[in-house]
Parts: sequence; C-alpha cells; structure tokens
Amino acid sequence: MDNFVSFEHVSKIFNAGSINQNVIFSDFNLSISKGSFVSVVGSNGSGKTTMLNLLCGSLPVDTGMIKVGGTDVTKLKEHQRSAFLGRVYQDPSAGTCPNLTILENMALADNKGKSYFLQRGVNRKRINDFKEKLSLLKMGLEDKLEQRVSTLSGGQRQALALLIAAETDLDLLILDEHTAALDPNSAATVMELTKRVVEEKHVTTLMVTHNLKFAADYGDRLFMMHRGNIVYDISGETKKQVSIRDLTDKFDEISIEDGN
Amino acid sequence: MQIFLGLLEVVLREGFIYGIMAMGVYITYKVLNFPDLSVDGTFPLGCCLAAELITKGMNPWISCLICLAAGGAAGALTGVLHVKLRITDLMSGILVMTALYSVNMVVTEKKAILSIFNMPTIFNSGIGGKLYGMFGQWGWAVMAGIVCLAVKLILDMYLETRSGLLLRAAGNNPKFVVSIGKDPGNMKILGLMIGNALTALSGCVLAQQRESADAGSGTGMVVMSLAAVIIGSAVLGKAKYIRSTTTAVIGMIVYRACLTIAMQLGLETIYLKALMSILFVIALISSRYNDERRKKNG
Repeated sequence: MDNFVSFEHVSKIFNAGSINQNVIFSDFNLSISKGSFVSVVGSNGSGKTTMLNLLCGSLPVDTGMIKVGGTDVTKLKEHQRSAFLGRVYQDPSAGTCPNLTILENMALADNKGKSYFLQRGVNRKRINDFKEKLSLLKMGLEDKLEQRVSTLSGGQRQALALLIAAETDLDLLILDEHTAALDPNSAATVMELTKRVVEEKHVTTLMVTHNLKFAADYGDRLFMMHRGNIVYDISGETKKQVSIRDLTDKFDEISIEDGN
Repeated sequence: MQIFLGLLEVVLREGFIYGIMAMGVYITYKVLNFPDLSVDGTFPLGCCLAAELITKGMNPWISCLICLAAGGAAGALTGVLHVKLRITDLMSGILVMTALYSVNMVVTEKKAILSIFNMPTIFNSGIGGKLYGMFGQWGWAVMAGIVCLAVKLILDMYLETRSGLLLRAAGNNPKFVVSIGKDPGNMKILGLMIGNALTALSGCVLAQQRESADAGSGTGMVVMSLAAVIIGSAVLGKAKYIRSTTTAVIGMIVYRACLTIAMQLGLETIYLKALMSILFVIALISSRYNDERRKKNG
C-alpha cells in the first residue's frame, strides 16, 4: 500500500476567533508508505507534535481527514486508535505506570486489545517471555520484575516504555521526541533499541526528533516541517547520504526566512 | 479494667465497621486520586436503606447486597457527572451528596431517625447471634471484624485482577490506560462505584449493629475516612508486607481510638465534628512532614 498513513486537507487552529488565534495547519497533506521509518524534524512551533497528536487522536482535527491503512480514523477516540498504534512520549514517566511494578506494567500491556475483567492480572506463564524481552535491553531489568517502575532511571523507563508500546502487534509506532529527556548514552541505547524493534516488527514508524544526528542516521525517509508545512522531504538514496551538515544548513535557511 | 475493655470493644467494632468505608475511600482517594465527597451522602444512604429494608422484613444479608448496589449506583452517578459531563471532581461529589439528602428522606419516609425493632440483623441472628451468645458485647466486634476482613480479602483479590490492575493504572497514569486501548474515564466510574458501594455497606452494617439509622449521620464521613487512610499510611507506610487495605482499616481504628479517648476525657458531643476536622489537619500535616523527612534521608 502506498499511502498507509495519510493526512488529507487537514486544518487545525488553536484559539480560533480569539486574539491568540494560532493557525497550526491549513490544508496539510501527508502520505507515508507501509513499513517506512520516517524521521521528522523542525523548529519549535512548526507543528510536529501537533501532527502526532492529531494522528493519535489526542487532539481533534478542525477539518480534513486522517486515514490509517485505508480506513478513516478521524472520528475514532484516542484510546480506540491505540488498538493499532503504539506511542512513546518525550516524558519517560508517561509511557509506564510508576506505582506499578515492571511485571504489572508488562502484564497490563500484554493484554492490550483483550478484555480486562476478573482474570488474574499477571499471567505467571508469561513471566519467562517478559524476562527474555527485558534481557535484550541489557539493563538488568529482568531481575527487577517486582520493582516499582518509579525506582528506575529515565533511560531504563524509556527503554521499558518502548518495549511496552511494541509488546503487542501494531501497525504504527509513534515516537514523540522519545530521546529528548535522556542523557547522550541512554539516548543512544534507546535509539539502537528503537532500530531493532522497528526492524523486527517491520512496523511503520514516525519519529519526531530534535536530534539531527539521529534524524540523519536512522530511518529511510526524512522530512522537515515549518509553519505547518513540509518544506524538505527526502528518501531513498538521498536520505542515505544526507549529513547533519546538510540538515543544519537547511534549518538555517528556514530560520533566516523566519527572521531569527 | 471493665470499662477499658468495654471501650476497646467499641473502638475495634466501630473501627472495623467504618474501616469498610475507609477501604472504599482508599480506592477513590489513593488509587484513583479522586477527592470524592459523595461519600457523605452514600454512608447515610446505606444506613437508611438497611433500616428500612430490615424493618420491612428483608433478610439482613440480602439487605447488605442491596446497599452495596445502591452505593454503587450513587458512585456511578458521581462518575458520570465528572467523566461524561465534565463537571469538576469536587463539584460532582457535592452534587450527588446534596441530592442524596432527598433520596435518604424518601427512603426513610421522611423520618430523620429510623429504628429497627425486634428484627433479625447480621448481629443478632445467624452467626452474629451465636457470637453474641458466646462473647456477649465482644461478639459485635468479632462480627464486624469478620465482615471487614471478608471485604478486605475480596478487595485485595480484585486489585490483583486485570480489571484491578487497570484501575490502579487509571489513577496512576491515565495516558498509559489510553495507550493500551482502554478509556480511563470508564475506570474512574468503576472505581467510584466500588468506593461508594463499600461506603454504603459500611453504613448498612453500622445501622444493623445500632439497630437504628440516622439520616444525618453522613456529615464528616469523608473527613474521617481520608484521615484514616492518611493516618494508616503514616503509621504503617514503611511496613512492606502490609497491604494498603489493611492500612486503611488500622488507620480507622487509630482514629476511632483518638475520638473515644477525647470523649472519655470529657469532651462534649457537640465538639465531635470539630475534633474530626482537627484530627484530619494533624494527620495531613504530619504525613507531609514525614514525606519530606523521608525524601531528605533519600
């Protein structure tokens, strides 16, 4: 399928009609093919995060349509869209439940899409699977199953959040500046893990990042957003050869236009 | 000594009975992070409904189940007002509490106090009757303890189920619940139903033990339960293998003991509600102080 994810004539205005009116998108169009790993860059206020929020249903669109896998998802609520997508947030505490243990977090996510009634919350038979998945992180978390997530470091939590987001089958992985709050080492580890998850699952991935190195090094397509439009869009060989230098030059060009 | 033992029985009995409500409030306040004021209305709802049903000849245990359901319905109403109609959490509770005044009056057929005369209750018939025969007044404390323990065990089991885990997640991080495809709002409604069902049950058991119901008995129930939850976690917060449900009940027993001591020292009943508020403030401030100290010590 060529456009697995598509935005069609989407508009979004914050505080419409007031003095603070802020037009984020007017007639925004985008299509992403199945299985691609897309990096999105752009300055603050360019609409990157709003785009993700519209796609995930955290914000409603004003007009236009969003499709995933050919189906119109515009009217679906956020939790309904979670059925086919996984999202990792910038804030490491957003993707997990800090007061629950690692095991409870994984067990909850393991049942995504199933019913949540009076079945036993933690299926003991799955523990070995969980341990195996955690051991891939090489963070020693497999021995800390009974520990509360609040006791983990930011990097560990984010790695766990990524595992949890991709625990069940999903069509779309949304990464919302998911390395921005981490130290350089943890960020690199989480990024490597991201690559592995994406390759294993062949899942269509949309990654918003401020880290131009990651944007250049990972993914098979890259686009830059500015004032609610896509101003630079590369894929294939061009994407493979792009350097951070090219991206910073492009960034500067836009910034000059903007007068800062 | 005789007097002391008598008082100890009263403290334990009332601690267990109100402890059922404390566990309910633990669910709304601690698990869901929802300051639920409808409790002040659902407690007398349980009292009045129990007295009315039992007077009409209803089996006392079935009366308990009906009170659970009625409390659950009131909790659902609070939840719907908050989640679906987007009224603030405090206001939703106040609205339901206020409306329940009228409901309770309808239930008691406009009587402020309703007495149960010579009808079987869980305390004077069946097991309760036998316990009373064996231990006298202490039979009441034992019976209240049995009901409280049963509720605690069921609640503990529930919190380990998938639904229970999801409930805890909904209070802890609603975004996480969304990310696994569930609506945290619905879990909030469910939690409020559980909390208020237990509160009504607590009122129902109290009415059966006292053999009378007071439609005005709700004032201060929120304050009392919150204080119990806070005292419990302050006293036993560090103990690893004690569950929070137990902590809430123990907090309630400590709280009832404080009230009883104050009364024994000669405090007039009219000052009781003021004392309840003061105890709450002390509990809240000392727990905050405790937290800060714990943070400093790493």
